[in-house]
Amino acid sequence: MSSSHILSIVTFVYGLAAFLYLFECVFKKPSAGRMATVVAILGLVGNTAGIILRWVESYRMGIGHAPLSNLYESLVFFAWCIVLLHLFVEWKYKNRIIGLIGSFLAVGALAYASLKPSQIQPLIPALKSNWLIAHVFTCFIGYASFAIAFGISLLYLLRRFGGPAILERLPSDRLMDELTHQLVMFGFLFLSAGIITGAVWANSAWGRYWGWDPKETWSLVTWFVYATLLHARFMRGWHGNRIAILSIVGFLAVLFTYFGVNYLPGLHSYGAMGQ
Amino acid sequence: MRKTDASVGIWDTIWGFFASVRLTIILLLSLAATSIIGTFIPQNKQPMEYLQAFGEFGYRLLSALDFFDMYRSWWFRLLIILLVLNIIICSIERLASIGKILFVKKPQFRPGRFQKVKTRWTFDDERSPEKLHDLYAPVLKRKFGYTQTKTTDEGTYLFAEKWRWTRIGVYIVHFSIVVLLLGSLVGSIFGFEGFVNIPENETVDTIFLRQTGQSLKLPFAIRCDDFDVSFYANGAPKEFRSSLTVLENGQMALQKDIVVNDPLRYRGINVFQSSYGKMAPEDRHRHVEPPEEVELKVTEKATGRSLTRKVAIGTQFDLPGGSGQVKIAGFQEALTFGGQNLGPGLLVEISSPQGQAEQVLLPLHFPNFDKMRGGAFLFTILGQKTRDFKPEEEAERYYTGLQVTKDPGVPVVYTGFVSMIVGFIITFFMSHQTVCVILTAKGGQTHVAVTGIADRNKLGMERKTEQLSVRLQSL
Repeated sequence: MSSSHILSIVTFVYGLAAFLYLFECVFKKPSAGRMATVVAILGLVGNTAGIILRWVESYRMGIGHAPLSNLYESLVFFAWCIVLLHLFVEWKYKNRIIGLIGSFLAVGALAYASLKPSQIQPLIPALKSNWLIAHVFTCFIGYASFAIAFGISLLYLLRRFGGPAILERLPSDRLMDELTHQLVMFGFLFLSAGIITGAVWANSAWGRYWGWDPKETWSLVTWFVYATLLHARFMRGWHGNRIAILSIVGFLAVLFTYFGVNYLPGLHSYGAMGQ
Repeated sequence: MRKTDASVGIWDTIWGFFASVRLTIILLLSLAATSIIGTFIPQNKQPMEYLQAFGEFGYRLLSALDFFDMYRSWWFRLLIILLVLNIIICSIERLASIGKILFVKKPQFRPGRFQKVKTRWTFDDERSPEKLHDLYAPVLKRKFGYTQTKTTDEGTYLFAEKWRWTRIGVYIVHFSIVVLLLGSLVGSIFGFEGFVNIPENETVDTIFLRQTGQSLKLPFAIRCDDFDVSFYANGAPKEFRSSLTVLENGQMALQKDIVVNDPLRYRGINVFQSSYGKMAPEDRHRHVEPPEEVELKVTEKATGRSLTRKVAIGTQFDLPGGSGQVKIAGFQEALTFGGQNLGPGLLVEISSPQGQAEQVLLPLHFPNFDKMRGGAFLFTILGQKTRDFKPEEEAERYYTGLQVTKDPGVPVVYTGFVSMIVGFIITFFMSHQTVCVILTAKGGQTHVAVTGIADRNKLGMERKTEQLSVRLQSL
């Protein structure tokens, strides 16, 4: 079985986990929740196996490299980061709301990945660096953290502004607010680390650590938005709706950094380096 | 605050302005919003490209706002300077009070602070307060590191605290931002960013700066001994490799093969593989042939009347309305305009009936170039027919495109990076935690209350206090 087969199966495993989390939330059945966690762990194991197998496959093809080099691979890794983080937070806070959001997001990421070409491509010269893994890893842990914070903020606002009664089953406002804040801090650390590893890499590859390239600039815009959130919260005591809105705006900036930048004019494409 | 005269009042106002977190929020959001502009408008392109994209009015407006080089514009720099002032003044403002908290020999605990904590865990124990105190103190000592006991009429207070120093974390983060901006300043003053193309087997000692296009002589020369590009089976490039030799006073000083991601570094100057190309035909003494025929449109701006006709070198025709004559005077392989090479183009002469002559350049690769001139007549190139061209068979010769940089600010910037990450870990995941165990004798029993305070992550502290109370109850 090839890695892309495994990863398409994983999509459905995460889908089952998402369904079970939803079932638990709607019908208050703890047994469904426990099952959801087990299924999510199985999905994560499959996801990990898929990534490792893909890595091995690339070596068999004689173009061995970490599977972090194109959109398909990054989405698969994104899903992996989201589920890893959701299981960690679920365990730490003993609350399954995270699982509900995390598994839905993971399904979304993998479903989107399935629309993208999944052939293993050889690595272009610009990406041949030891910094690739450190850079992608830190960025995506950060993105995953912001993604889950976004999910919580969205549910929080929906409930605040008269969403369906089912939302009353979610945890207290205070816990959701606190989780958003904690996840944003965690994501902010990793986003910063991601920007820094990117800067160090750029300096070793192109002789400049910062060049206002659209991707760099948008990651900085994201950084500014979340920095605003943290200052508003720490120093001016913002909480609730306003923090939720900033967390949503921040994640929109993340999405633009990740996907939108590719549609901007005059993009300095990493793929075109050296040509 | 001192307020002796009006001038002090003004300084206080300015100080207060920079010490506010509201300013921080406004600046961060402004930086976020304005940074976006430069990602939608490609930066530092040729004026012609902007003219074509935005028209003349748009070009003038956006140019006046510095939107074509916005990250170096005065207003963007001003935002960054304001942010730095904001960071520094906020830090000074708060460091004084933090200093008092940080450098204490014997921490002062006020029971009143812990009375106000909303969440507290309580249980009763049959042993006496003294006994419990002796039982709990070592546990707290082990968990927190510092303990203190205070006895009042109301009962015995057992305090413990740890990580007082982590209050400095946020200042490390802010300091790191100032450091990395300083590092970038050092780089922009004492460093440079340039490029040079070296044909195989040739030596250069002069590069061109990216920003200004000016040339810069290096303290050494670089010879390109060989350039190789290899491809994967699917045609994608696999590796660009330049074999370089550094020559100092004619002596060989260093030899290295560089590839993307593995530069050559010599005397603080870095040489990176950035592009490559085959030697252009003209460099092999071959000419760019003039086109056989060019289709030209001439529009009289005042009336909008236009005429279209096919021309070749030497063609003469009348302007619309008989207001003069046009002659395709010649062809050049490389037109230059404002120091830029525009590639091949036509030289056109316009002569008015009064005998005045004007020369117009029409670069063949930029059909609307003439818009910029703002003359009474506008020339547009609609199409061209090139001569059939048979390249001579010759051994291919490559040149390597090198990025050459020097940035003495990099170590400073990296210091900023490292301290930022350290600062974040301290700020986000550690906090100054204090717990207070209150032991009160009540009817032969001891009432135990456990409360905790942290300067950050209050919910996490609540969980921690709960775990502590469970632990103490089990003793």
